[in-house]
Amino acid sequence: MRVGVFVCQCGTNIAATVDTEKVVSAALAMRDVQHAETIQYTCSDPGQRAIVDAVQKKGLTRVVIAACSPRMHETTFRRTVTRAGMNPYMMEMVNIREHCSWIHSDIDTATDKAIDLMRMGVARVRGQAPLNSTTVPVTRRVLVIGGGVAGIQAALDIADAGLPVTLVERGPSIGGNMARLDKTFPTLDCSSCILTPRMVEANQHEDIDLMVNSEVDSVRGYIGNFEVDIRRKATCVDEDKCTGCMICQEKCPGKAPDEFNAGVGESKAISIPFPQAVPMVAAIRKEHCRQFIKGKCGVCEKVCPADAIDYEQEDTIVTEKFGAIVVATGYQTYDWREAYPDYGGGQYPDVITSLQYERMLSASGPTGGHVKRPSDGEEPKQVVFISCVGSRDESVSRPLCCSVGCMYTAKQAILTKEHIPDSQSYVFYIDIRAGGKGYEEFTRRAQREFGAIYLRGRVGKIYPSGGKLIVMGTDTLSGGPVEVEADLVVLATGFDSAPGAAKLAQKLNVSYDQYGFFSESHPKLRPVETTTGGIYLAGACQGPKDIPDSVAQASAAAAKVIGLVSRGELETSPMVAEVNQARCTGCFKCRDVCPYSAIEAVALRDGREVAGVIDSLCQGCGVCNVACPPAVISLKGYTDNQLIAETLELLR
Amino acid sequence: MAELKLIGFLCNWCSYAGADMAGTARLKQPGELRIIRMPCTGRVDPLLVLKAFQEGADGVLVSGCHPGDCHYNEGNYYARRRLELLARMLPAFGIEPERFEYTWVSASEGARWAQVVDDFTTRIRMLGIGDEPTVAKQPDDQRTGEERAVNE
Repeated sequence: MRVGVFVCQCGTNIAATVDTEKVVSAALAMRDVQHAETIQYTCSDPGQRAIVDAVQKKGLTRVVIAACSPRMHETTFRRTVTRAGMNPYMMEMVNIREHCSWIHSDIDTATDKAIDLMRMGVARVRGQAPLNSTTVPVTRRVLVIGGGVAGIQAALDIADAGLPVTLVERGPSIGGNMARLDKTFPTLDCSSCILTPRMVEANQHEDIDLMVNSEVDSVRGYIGNFEVDIRRKATCVDEDKCTGCMICQEKCPGKAPDEFNAGVGESKAISIPFPQAVPMVAAIRKEHCRQFIKGKCGVCEKVCPADAIDYEQEDTIVTEKFGAIVVATGYQTYDWREAYPDYGGGQYPDVITSLQYERMLSASGPTGGHVKRPSDGEEPKQVVFISCVGSRDESVSRPLCCSVGCMYTAKQAILTKEHIPDSQSYVFYIDIRAGGKGYEEFTRRAQREFGAIYLRGRVGKIYPSGGKLIVMGTDTLSGGPVEVEADLVVLATGFDSAPGAAKLAQKLNVSYDQYGFFSESHPKLRPVETTTGGIYLAGACQGPKDIPDSVAQASAAAAKVIGLVSRGELETSPMVAEVNQARCTGCFKCRDVCPYSAIEAVALRDGREVAGVIDSLCQGCGVCNVACPPAVISLKGYTDNQLIAETLELLR
Repeated sequence: MAELKLIGFLCNWCSYAGADMAGTARLKQPGELRIIRMPCTGRVDPLLVLKAFQEGADGVLVSGCHPGDCHYNEGNYYARRRLELLARMLPAFGIEPERFEYTWVSASEGARWAQVVDDFTTRIRMLGIGDEPTVAKQPDDQRTGEERAVNE
């Protein structure tokens, strides 16, 4: 056995706190180590070449690389040793950067630790056997969850590459939050004018199967071969028969909250959420429908000219297989009411959210594009915008920046002036964050051309007085308190993850942060991948972002998916469980605990039934390894012997 | 004075990544802990933890994904049952139960990981070097788990 050791200095990232030369000399004293050297940047081209050279010249059979986290460069170095003619799994990484040099300041502590970790790594690689991966076919169908702009973009890009896509949307129409916006910054493009054609295209695309009113129920399988149960919720309307004539909505006697319009105006129990909805199909919300609440009504059934109403309809489950999944479940705006009692906590009708204001500005909205005070229907002349409500505010546990509030507030200030020329807008802000292309100029325009008055400071209190609202804040630039008499107050509410995001993350086995936003695999280099292979992220489900970023991320996710699925087959990890069948007693405890049903009964020639592992199903968790009473099932790459050797080496 | 030996068995998908994140954020931590990467806490054999104590570990820390968030769906539930049982049995082996801890740290909880390491190390420092467990070390036992199983 000839082990080679390479200690990365990572410039000064490691070398500043770990004495790498000392680690090398310690390594040379370890059993079976035939070669050890430091490399300035191991992942660089010359660094990798040094490894290949040493392996070939010294006939090394195992390699230990002490560098950054294996989560960063394990794949890189497996390829390196493969180029040198070794089995990729005969390489072991030791994490002396994230787990050592970066968390210690004392050189002796860090160096001692690095040497310990190196000893453990050498002990571990000594017990490693060569492993070979196999390939499994990849299902040629992609699931996109969420039909907002990100989901639509991803679905179109993937379908345009010739791969079939199933686009699942929870609500009755695709379009997401973007469909609710009036104009978009910084160009003042009409939001629905640019989005609607994409929605229609997604619906008409022959490679996109659109499922609205549908949710992901459960997910099984793994990269390349997911099996997903999709719940198609009963809407009591036959999607194929409904023509979208909206007569039912007109005649329906059951009032219901208007979710699409963020509560501005009212909707009906049977409705089409907005005029540009795709698909143009009505849906009944049972919780508001008289037929279901009172057991009698039937108006929609009577008036429907297409005979599309079916009260008996029930949820159905569709099970489909997918090679990859794109998650694009978006966001919801922060519910400010409980957290901000000083702003009225929702008690003052003329304190509204930016999304409600957006619906008011929209020509297809409930007010037909007329800005009106909710309290008396009057046109407001003094409008106050308050930034950072539920964002950049530690006191409500939302320290994150919503990244779009400054921009859409500037947009709304501009639109206010366009709608009501004799109006005056005030904007309370913390900082103006306008990082995108053309953004800074846009916020300047709001002030210079459209006369919005920007006041740098937080608002402490809002109270009603004589039909108006008094907004009390500070102006930190002039250094004093300010009071503005407002007809209407618009709160720039931040982003929260979509309802049920954490639950979906658990179904998909992807990580999420404390706000419910899904975590990318690496913030810089793997921004659309999750830690689970085959599952990708697009749009605001990963964190607050604007439309261009969501679209760009969706296209990036699509590119990743196309790369994965178009290959047709996939290398599987060879780190799977293995049974020593001669010694297996056939108790099948392993089969009982396996989360992937990867254990089957195999009959031996003597008639005994023993356990066998289905390699293509085994995901390598090792739960069976621990459960096996005679210890004859072992996880390759993490065998008992390897783990014990590593542990004992440290404690020696 | 001999140094404390602390071992951490960490799930690759969450706590190991959380520890990486703590490193990337340069969150300084005490230097005694040595981390062993595991595919899942469901792979952590209670016997391995016992073995570590038997061979002189002063503290063992196991950390995985929060219940419900297991990368392999249910591996951490198995871990929780196994390790909870182990924790209760430790006194019978002459091992102070405070020397063992299992916890859940996700990939995005770098700061929490640094805190866990700090708390755990501080606790073990107070306890000092561990006594020899009453389950005596077997110096001549070079057999693998497999061989032992067959013989016993």
